[in-house]
Amino acid sequence: MADWPLFEVFIRSKHGLNHKHVGSVHAADRRMAIENARELYTRRNEGVSIWVVPASEITASSPDEKEPLFDPSNDKVYRHASFYKLPKEVGHM
Amino acid sequence: MQNMAQKKQPPLIDYLLRLGDNALVLGQRHAQLCGKAPALEEELALMNVGLDLFGQARNWLGYVSELLAAELMASELVADKIDADHLAFRRDAQDFRNLLLVEQPNGDFADIMGRQFLFDAWHVHLLDGLTHASDPRIAEVAAKSLKEATYHLRRSSEWVIRLGDGTEESHTRMQRALDNLWQFTGELLQGDEIDQAMLEAGIAPDLETVATRWKATVEEVLEEATLERPSYDAWMYTGGKVGHHTEHLGFLLAEMQYLPRAYPDATVW
Amino acid sequence: MYAQLVETGSNKLKTLDEMSPEERQFQERINDEIKIEPKNWMPDAYRKTLIRQISQHAHSEIVGMLPEGNWLTRAPTLKRKLQLMAKIQDEAGHGLYLYSSMETLGADRDEEIDKLHDGRAKYSSIFNYPTLNWADMGTIGWLVDGAAIVNQVPLQRTSYGPYARAMIRVCKEESFHQRQGYQILLTMMQEGTDDQKAMVQDSINRFWWPALMMFGPSDENSPNSAQSMAWKIKRHSNDELRQRFLDQTVPQLELLGCTAPDPDLKYNQETGHYEFGEIDWQEFFDVVKGNGPCNRERIEARRSAIDNGAWVREAAVAHAAKRQHRAA
Repeated sequence: MADWPLFEVFIRSKHGLNHKHVGSVHAADRRMAIENARELYTRRNEGVSIWVVPASEITASSPDEKEPLFDPSNDKVYRHASFYKLPKEVGHM
Repeated sequence: MQNMAQKKQPPLIDYLLRLGDNALVLGQRHAQLCGKAPALEEELALMNVGLDLFGQARNWLGYVSELLAAELMASELVADKIDADHLAFRRDAQDFRNLLLVEQPNGDFADIMGRQFLFDAWHVHLLDGLTHASDPRIAEVAAKSLKEATYHLRRSSEWVIRLGDGTEESHTRMQRALDNLWQFTGELLQGDEIDQAMLEAGIAPDLETVATRWKATVEEVLEEATLERPSYDAWMYTGGKVGHHTEHLGFLLAEMQYLPRAYPDATVW
Repeated sequence: MYAQLVETGSNKLKTLDEMSPEERQFQERINDEIKIEPKNWMPDAYRKTLIRQISQHAHSEIVGMLPEGNWLTRAPTLKRKLQLMAKIQDEAGHGLYLYSSMETLGADRDEEIDKLHDGRAKYSSIFNYPTLNWADMGTIGWLVDGAAIVNQVPLQRTSYGPYARAMIRVCKEESFHQRQGYQILLTMMQEGTDDQKAMVQDSINRFWWPALMMFGPSDENSPNSAQSMAWKIKRHSNDELRQRFLDQTVPQLELLGCTAPDPDLKYNQETGHYEFGEIDWQEFFDVVKGNGPCNRERIEARRSAIDNGAWVREAAVAHAAKRQHRAA
């Protein structure tokens, strides 16, 4: 049986938002993957734009790399607005 | 409502029944496909097309029922409740005005997609013309249906191309489907007095223009699909538009209309 | 339920002390309600059990299209036809969401579907009962989807991330299914003819017990429950869910003006719960083993759809390859 490869599906649900991963579909080619994603993931007006990516083309970080990849940013508190204490009089910034 | 065919009815009614019945009968063919698609993804796609078609049928037949109700009131006849359901479930085959093409049985996936493609290629161009109808209700329904039909055509064209230019087996099957269905395309393109009356009323587009565009779409897709186009001069089987159907419609309706006919006293479901 | 009698490969729970460091870390993560994601380490048995459970659930959605498809061509109004078609389409969609989450565990969809077709994989017993009248479309929505919802709502918090997210989507979409079903029955009972009312009662008589069986055998006869609960891929016991379903359903039954085919059904003032008669578990095990009224038909329908479609899928692959070749 000729299997259809797997594509990961990303949908922009509203203008102005990022595409978000929603799941996957099987399809013979990219165009069919877009259509299958439309039929499956946007039956209730959930999308304005669809990306499909062959699942084999996705490179993911490994959980073993969690510490080297993500812990260093843990101590970079100066990247967060709350790090900067300002007098009340300044108001919302 | 019995035997509308015996009665002369306004051409607009006939014309709208053609539009509504095409959608209804082809929709019913999709209902029969439930659980039989060649891939799970296709189940959803086929049912989406079916949902669109039943929605269109409801819109067209709903308008017909309003026109009929107004007419019956004018002639002071006490009518049964006439609504879209009454038209869909209580008319007999000779009162259906759909094209012979859409009532053809499902067969294999090549038959299904061939039928869909030949219809879609015609439907989009017809609906496109109807969006300019002098009757705003018709223009509105046509505009909504056109969006759906455009997507249907995209899908059915792609499948005809995939199957035509796929494997040797799929090519053979697709060509055979096309050859078998071709005889039903004549009445898509051939106008009659009702088409003419609608053209003059500023409702329908010129069927010759639709025919020219249909041919262009069909030729383009068949070429890409490496399929041979049967001759335009081939013998054509016609009659659906005036209620002379193939044997298949009777069975389709017998199944579809079973409940309302078996329980005629039931007014709600 | 949609996944019944899922084998976990273990009927004895390990304590944290008996676990390897990896296992312990994994179990602690689950205890802390932190989702397990595809690339996290997981015990092999957890992976296998989940594949079995999710695929069973997915197969149930797909096979579950068939009893309703049986009436789709005969739906009595255009509105009912549209509603039913949309519902069946959702079921196909839910099957696909579930297969998609199953594939994140490294399982292959086509292989799992092969297991369904050759009888190695199970699906919910409920879909092996025939749909014999139009009211069955109402009863399936009300009782069968109702039972499914009771089971699926807690699964939104299941430990495996992709499964939980699929269940959230399914639950969101499924909310109309049960209402749609109940409304079919209510319309016929309140405004229908005697024939229609008889259809409703007949349908309830046939689906009542199979719906209660959907939750699976009593807890003392569910050897895999403890492990599944520890892994949080099952969050409540079968009996607990069955009771919850019954308590919410009986008042709805009364509102319809119908009765249940259970002379022992009664409300217990003290406990605040409904009590019910003995379930025929022999029937349940027969159906699960393949000896229900429609088992063979259902599987045959699925197998022939996929087998008859093989040339279509091959053609699509061949065409895609030609296209890629031409573009290169």
